[in-house]
Amino acid sequence: MKLSTNFLKDYVDITVDAKTLAEDMTKVGNEYEEVKKLLPATNLTIGKVLECENHPDSDHLHVCKVDIGSEILNIVCGAPNVRKGLKVIVALPGAELPGGITIKKGIIRGQESNGMLCSLEELGLEHKFLPEVDKTGIHELPEDAIIGEEPIKYMGLDDEVIDFELTANRGDLLSILGMAYEVAAIYGKEVKPIDLKYNEEDEKIDDSFSVDVKTENCTIFLAKKIKNVKIMESPDFIKNRLIASGIRPINNVVDISNYVMLEVGQPLHFYDLDKLGNHIVVRMAKDEEKLITLDGVERNLTSSDIVIANDMEAVGLAGVMGGLDTEIDENTKNILIEAAIFEPTKIRQTAKKILRSEASTRYEKGLDSNRTYMAVDRACKLLQDYADAKIVSGIVKYDTTDKEDTKIDITFTNINNLLGMKLSNNEILTVFDKLGFTYVVNENNIQVSVPKRRIDISIKEDLVEEVGRIHGVDNLIGKVPKLSGRPGHLDNKIRAIRNKMISLGLNETLTYILINDKEVKNYTLDEFEEVRLQSPMSEDKNTLRYSMIPSMVKIYEYNNARNNSDISIFEIGKGFYKKQGEYGEELKLSVLMSGTYFKGVGITEKVNFYTIKGIAEEILDYLGYEGRYSFVNNEFAKEFHPGQTAEISVNGDSVGIVGKVHPNILKDVYVMEINLSKLLEKRVGKMKYKEFSKFPGIKKDLAIVVDTNITSKNVEEVIKKAGGALLTKIEIFDIYKGANIGENKKSLAYSLNFEDKTKTLTDEEINKAIENIVCELEKKIGATLRK
Amino acid sequence: MKEEILKLKEEAILEISSIQNLQDLNEKRVKFLGKKGALTALLRGMAELSKEERPIIGTLVNEAKEEIEKAITEKENILQEKEIQEKLNRERLDITIPSTKIRRGSKHPMNLIIEELEDFFVSMGYDVVSGPELETDEYCFERLNIPKGHPARDMQDSFYIDAEHLLRTQTSAVQARAMMKNEDKTPIRIICPGKVYRRDDDATHSHQFGQVEGLVIDENISLADLKGTLELFVKHMLGENSKLRFRPSYFPFTEPSYEIDVSCFKCNGKGCNLCKQTGWIEILGSGMVHPNVLKQNGYDPDKYSGFAFGTGLDRLAMFKFGIPDIRLLYTNDIRFLNQFDRF
Repeated sequence: MKLSTNFLKDYVDITVDAKTLAEDMTKVGNEYEEVKKLLPATNLTIGKVLECENHPDSDHLHVCKVDIGSEILNIVCGAPNVRKGLKVIVALPGAELPGGITIKKGIIRGQESNGMLCSLEELGLEHKFLPEVDKTGIHELPEDAIIGEEPIKYMGLDDEVIDFELTANRGDLLSILGMAYEVAAIYGKEVKPIDLKYNEEDEKIDDSFSVDVKTENCTIFLAKKIKNVKIMESPDFIKNRLIASGIRPINNVVDISNYVMLEVGQPLHFYDLDKLGNHIVVRMAKDEEKLITLDGVERNLTSSDIVIANDMEAVGLAGVMGGLDTEIDENTKNILIEAAIFEPTKIRQTAKKILRSEASTRYEKGLDSNRTYMAVDRACKLLQDYADAKIVSGIVKYDTTDKEDTKIDITFTNINNLLGMKLSNNEILTVFDKLGFTYVVNENNIQVSVPKRRIDISIKEDLVEEVGRIHGVDNLIGKVPKLSGRPGHLDNKIRAIRNKMISLGLNETLTYILINDKEVKNYTLDEFEEVRLQSPMSEDKNTLRYSMIPSMVKIYEYNNARNNSDISIFEIGKGFYKKQGEYGEELKLSVLMSGTYFKGVGITEKVNFYTIKGIAEEILDYLGYEGRYSFVNNEFAKEFHPGQTAEISVNGDSVGIVGKVHPNILKDVYVMEINLSKLLEKRVGKMKYKEFSKFPGIKKDLAIVVDTNITSKNVEEVIKKAGGALLTKIEIFDIYKGANIGENKKSLAYSLNFEDKTKTLTDEEINKAIENIVCELEKKIGATLRK
Repeated sequence: MKEEILKLKEEAILEISSIQNLQDLNEKRVKFLGKKGALTALLRGMAELSKEERPIIGTLVNEAKEEIEKAITEKENILQEKEIQEKLNRERLDITIPSTKIRRGSKHPMNLIIEELEDFFVSMGYDVVSGPELETDEYCFERLNIPKGHPARDMQDSFYIDAEHLLRTQTSAVQARAMMKNEDKTPIRIICPGKVYRRDDDATHSHQFGQVEGLVIDENISLADLKGTLELFVKHMLGENSKLRFRPSYFPFTEPSYEIDVSCFKCNGKGCNLCKQTGWIEILGSGMVHPNVLKQNGYDPDKYSGFAFGTGLDRLAMFKFGIPDIRLLYTNDIRFLNQFDRF
């Protein structure tokens, strides 16, 4: 909301400057974005062109002598409309114009030039507000402009505009009157009355016009007939205030409808009565009904849009924009003023779908129906004064609204308790006085009457807020709620996982959950329906991710393109899906590793499948799943290397995947993802002391030869079973393939640890155990001892 | 014989004294003391001696043996020490060569902030809770006094999935969940850090960002409790000298509502680029829980009151670590991530 401070001053006396006003408004909750002069140019004066000759060395420049009162200046000017006798705006040497331009004395193609003749655009007026002449040339001041005076002031454009970013509840501040009440409350001033006086003709509207409201989405509809308007340019004060408020002046009648809306907050619509007919219906649109709005666009309506119609067709989209067919034009003689209130949510829907306008913005926030009457009267007054209008007496009205003040019962204690303050009764009542709320006090109780203009106030707490707002809470002494008698709780599993991953040397990342739908099924064969956004910002972010691996791969690619090597990263985040019509989300841990894991002079560990598998084991062991998980072969998504990928299974339930990215996609990149939601649901035992043997263990190495299709896990299972209770540890330390052990054979070497908790083992006992293991290995998997 | 012994001894000691390494020393040991050594040969000759001479010569031989042994041992110690020194010298490293790099890993700055504030609030008796990111309209809006068609919905342009589901626009959604979940309607004291999503993307806004929500419901909770709590929180996160300013505002789920500005920690309120010359930086939205929200979620507003607050974590992380551009938080450049690797 752009507030013209000149406009505001019609209704409240303010002595502070615009900047202070903006700051003070911010303190009571009305934040401002910017305070600026409507035309920020300096060091200007009004001059008269005494002589205007063509520049000897230019086909378009003119050399002028300009009288500025105190002296006569030589000025070179390129505007086509500069001519002898014209009153002009002169920027003097030293003048600062918007865009960082400073005017200096100079020589232009050999001719002295001691200033600049300006258009309004050069003074800072937005292009859309320029009068026609200013679009191609300099501004032409009227003949009676006084030489030597400050031109911005002379034109009445010496306004300061505060741009407020208002909160959604304060629709009342979308009007000069509303602003005036707020400013008056801050400074303890009175709001001045609005002039609503005009004369009516003998002719009565009842005789000739009728309104039918056929929807409950219209709560009040007023129609007033105006005759014999003269369409012309608006007086300067109207034009200037519209411009300051960001609205383009058109003609006096249209401008007055906008001016009144700005002033009292009630949008008005003026119809050309001769195009409209004598009967109006307010109804819901029919589906597929068409309407060409004022901006010339044909709109497709639905039954949720409210329309104003005459006997033939829709003539306006209620609360949003009028129709083109009944538009005010230069030939308009008679008009009908419509002032109505429509259901805010309906207007909001329609405006969101079709078009946001100054009117719809006000309707959406709700309006005071007292202002609806006021707006009609104010429009009549201005039309009479500035469009020579004749006002037909009487008004056609449909009105179901409540115009009485809202009565709210509250106590002084309520207010002090919620604020945590100790305000005196007088301090509290002063706030209500300043706001213009009346009240009746009965001991601790107050009944406050809130005028309908403050439709945001309906309950006690709203009044507490007003007290806090206007009185201020700067002096409020903070305290903390008394302790609840139990410690705060934090489920620290996620943090433990994060710490573990970091201790393993991985960098934590943070990625967007929105990805391209083309990637959502990558790196997974899980069955699910992807979750898509209704209206995404871009193709690349139209779907919620399921797996985080595509995001991790993107990070790898980003860093790789910048020669950042040795990427080992992880993230804990959510994956989303729809299954059987239900949406769901799961917490996942995703890892990507590449390059070297650690390196130094003469020692380098390249990441391979076993490195990332180690990360998986480390986290599973750390979380207490030791001995309960396994890595199993399976069918995998095409993005994985089929021979270097494993499913992570905990007690037979798949909880994740670890593997190499398919070499056709990326070279030597490994990824892993664990479904933490699933994993953490499984119960794990508590960390607990287990007795260890007091007697030393004995290590034995065992090398066997098996067929290449036998897995290490097959061998370990046999060894474990055959080794019995004495065998406490099996570690593979070598794998060998070579001609000397035969084709399709491999040699595996294990280190076995034997221990007994009750005694030192003898060679005999160990040899017996080994013998048994070798025997079983031969029997079960055809293994032979390597010679 | 006596002369022979003395001669041998002197010869031995002389030879030992010029030995330069342990191997040569060993050879001398064999030469003089070995089974086939010179001294042994002399002893063998003792059989020819008279009964009277034997003990005298025996003593002499033993003395010679002892002296030779002593000389050898002394030499041996010297040589061993020398050898160790030489070995140590050979093993001398260039200690300026860089170490074997063990990866250190790093936490994302957003999570550093989250962990810090979690610890702070847990110490104040708050529970840390979480909720779904794919939220229902009911919890994200309706239960927070923002019915369909409410103009406040425009404050947060949402990513809808369908008519009833959306990506949560605010962690406030967890407020309603916490209140509804608490069937006994006992006092509540929670914070909820997490990701939220809005249809908004520019230099200062990301469509995904971090937020933390706080909610306290109890008897006699007042704006003073809110103020005191936030003062502690802000001082903890941004420094003891931070000052707060309460600016009235509007949120549909609180009444009264306040936006909280903190004195600019870059310029201490004097005015700089960071605070756009105002001396203040807006960091929190807060207020007293709206009675409709209490009612809608089963709490009696005549018995209970409460406060709620929310703050953006991206900005907090940016302030805390001096990160100039919000996009750095989501680009995941290793050169960025690696900077957050220390205590």
